[in-house]
Amino acid sequence: MDKRLNLNLNVWRQKNASDKGRFESYQLKDVSPHMSFLEMLDVLNEQIIKDGGDPVEFDNDCREGICGMCSLVIDGIPHGPQQRTASCQLHMRHYKDGDTITIEPFRAKGFPVIKDLAVDRGAFDRIVAAGGYVSVNTGNAPDGNAIPIAKEMADKAMDSSECIGCGACVAACPNASAALFVGAKISQYTYLPQGAPERTRRAERMIAQMDAEGFGNCSNHGECEAVCPKGISIVNIARMRREFVKTIFS
Amino acid sequence: MSKNGILDSKIPDGPIEQKWDRHKNNIKVVSPANKRKFKILVVGTGLAGASASASLAELGYQVQTFCIQDSPRRAHSIAAQGGINAAKNYQNDNDSVFRLFYDTVKGGDFRAREANVYRLAQLSTNIIDQCVAQGVPFARDYGGLLANRSFGGVLVSRTFYARGQTGQQLLLGAYGAMMRQVDLGGVELFARREMLDLVVIDGKARGIVVRNLITGEIETYSGDAVLLCTGGYGNIYYLSTNAKNSNATAAWRCYKKGAFFANPNFTQIHPTCIPVSGDYQSKLTLMSESLRNDGRVWVPKKAGDNRHPNDIPEADRDYYLERRYPSYGNLVPRDVASRNAKYVCDEGRGVGETKLAVYLDFADAIKRLGEDTIRDRYGNLFEMYERITGENPYKAPMRIYPAVHYTMGGLWVDYNLMSTIPGLFVLGEANFSDHGANRLGASALMQGLADGYFVIPYTIGEYLAGEKLPKVSTADEPFSKSVKQINDNIQRLLNIKGKKTVTEFHRELGLIMWDKVGMSRNADGLREALKLIPELRKEFWENVQIPGDAKNLNKNLEFAGRVADFLELGELMALDALERNESCGGHFREDFQTPEGEALRDDENYCYTAIWEDQGTGKKPLMHKEPLTFEYVKLTQRSYK
Repeated sequence: MDKRLNLNLNVWRQKNASDKGRFESYQLKDVSPHMSFLEMLDVLNEQIIKDGGDPVEFDNDCREGICGMCSLVIDGIPHGPQQRTASCQLHMRHYKDGDTITIEPFRAKGFPVIKDLAVDRGAFDRIVAAGGYVSVNTGNAPDGNAIPIAKEMADKAMDSSECIGCGACVAACPNASAALFVGAKISQYTYLPQGAPERTRRAERMIAQMDAEGFGNCSNHGECEAVCPKGISIVNIARMRREFVKTIFS
Repeated sequence: MSKNGILDSKIPDGPIEQKWDRHKNNIKVVSPANKRKFKILVVGTGLAGASASASLAELGYQVQTFCIQDSPRRAHSIAAQGGINAAKNYQNDNDSVFRLFYDTVKGGDFRAREANVYRLAQLSTNIIDQCVAQGVPFARDYGGLLANRSFGGVLVSRTFYARGQTGQQLLLGAYGAMMRQVDLGGVELFARREMLDLVVIDGKARGIVVRNLITGEIETYSGDAVLLCTGGYGNIYYLSTNAKNSNATAAWRCYKKGAFFANPNFTQIHPTCIPVSGDYQSKLTLMSESLRNDGRVWVPKKAGDNRHPNDIPEADRDYYLERRYPSYGNLVPRDVASRNAKYVCDEGRGVGETKLAVYLDFADAIKRLGEDTIRDRYGNLFEMYERITGENPYKAPMRIYPAVHYTMGGLWVDYNLMSTIPGLFVLGEANFSDHGANRLGASALMQGLADGYFVIPYTIGEYLAGEKLPKVSTADEPFSKSVKQINDNIQRLLNIKGKKTVTEFHRELGLIMWDKVGMSRNADGLREALKLIPELRKEFWENVQIPGDAKNLNKNLEFAGRVADFLELGELMALDALERNESCGGHFREDFQTPEGEALRDDENYCYTAIWEDQGTGKKPLMHKEPLTFEYVKLTQRSYK
């Protein structure tokens, strides 16, 4: 049997959006290294409930790194220390016995805290509503092979489209900028013929909505790319800027 | 079934290839001016819910859409990996609508409706076109045309895919289409809401009651029709590949209000999942079936062979699927692959620490195609495997084991996707209609999108144009009555203040379900489950411990309501499995098998859909039957040899 871990956890507790919030410490014993980080929190919560306390609320759903719902800052890094890995896919084998781990919510003006580690990311939906799609009604489609798309272009569109909308990019950015999220969506459609007719309008509206939601500007720190669980490249931000410049001259 | 009764399936007359077109020509169309007067409530934003919301709003209906997650983009369709089927015949391998229809009926072990399956196969090609038009970045070849791969249970290559994230890409397409309607004012979106009741007025579905998961407030919404797109109930097993929030509650509350439940026991156990590693395990992770295109499944020939897999020579390995099913090999359907994995583990030949796993080996494929090609095809899946297990599948075989993945059963619907409650429509995994007793890979995405994009926009017109729907208000008594009941129920749960957590009850129920109503069942085990589940339910209502209150985000309270419903649904599943004295697809009864250990169907006595009508908690539900007739696919013993 693998060696079990005893851990000290500093967890952000906040009753609701208006509560000031504070850290609370917990001791957790006998943690299996095969557990996922969220399973470790499950075990903590069972312990808290048994002790008559209020469990730590944290968002999660698929627990396989694709839904984008989990949103923890672990020891100061959104989604924790392992690169290209969402919080739910981080496993305890990356920790040592006796470690102290600090767990906080994603922090940004655009993501108000709901309770404990859960935040409101509705701003991302409103940005997508402003143009993160191809305007095509159901039933209007030609044959799927009618428009060939070069493999390299389809692959690049896919690279951008892999974004899971978790918001780690915002949480990592010193300016709390959503440029990587918005850039990825805008870029996806610049590689494809389907999105072309409305690309200027899309960039204009999505960027305006991003600003309206209170996200900061990008100043090329690159923290977003470093924490992105899908490895979305900062190149997407450059493409977004190019699209934005085009809107000025259109 | 009588043509006039409540269970009239409304299957149109005529040759199967003309049924859908004829039906479309005959059903009523709502005028554009009237469409905007109708309000449709859509619950769930997976492929079915998002595509339906978008398509109905495009037509001019007022749509209100509800989802349980913080964003509609997170619905569990997002996690589907491998692909979506369509009968395009782009590979020139003699695929056709008929062949997809045939494969699906056969794959479902002859327990699905022929007419529904044929329509699904017909619509499959429109789905691909629609998704391409939305900018879904499907895989393409160097000529710029769409690429395909193979999935289990078929002999052609008809699966379209976007790396190992096809569900994500299709959902983002449908979500985008829906968000466009949010922007245009056609869809009003309500996130972090859980549906807790259906409001039925004058026998028709006229509204829903939801809990705002942030404020705890119970909210009411009225409308002219309700679309339930809330997915399946695999989470009843506690461990499954479903997301943590996936649950049966919305469907179950509709069942309690008069919607009949069809084939509840039909559950899909997916053969290729990462095995359980410990008792803290919270969910299981699927490794896409597409891996079986290039991976070979094996176990050691001898029980107790503890050598490292790379040290076991060819002669000491048993590639049992290739041996037993030479024509389909590693690509047999899911139920067959799962069952065989169980057999070899039962024989003591399982591998890994728990001995509940088999190898999925890519060494030959890497030798044949090179590591780069394998990385290109499955890179993200290999990465995911390594993240979870800490082992590198390029160097040693993966360890896999079956896990609960999908439920073929669901609320009964007619050809128009309407349940036994007029005005309540059920789409996607939440209904029972297309997959029979076993779903083929890459067919769930197809069905969710067919229902939402191409079926409901037509069939809902037949209902809305044909019914008198007087105005209702959420101030009406049925709404306030429902709100009171829900509040009372929540208070009752919070007041129990027992000693066992919700998770402990859920795990316990899951174990009963997995042992007795799982991959293989027998009459004694099912009878035992029918004793154990009500006992556990009783204990739950006396001894559950729920922290906190109902006035803010409280996941334990949410889960308590869902587990309470699972504790009723589990009993129905066991009962359904016990009454079906045959084996078919995922429903494998040990007491009904061929000498070779294959499922032994009994078409003479069980060629029907079992449809259950609630009689109140604790009372035995009433079973109705919808006979299944097969005019186009001959009823045969399924063989993949």
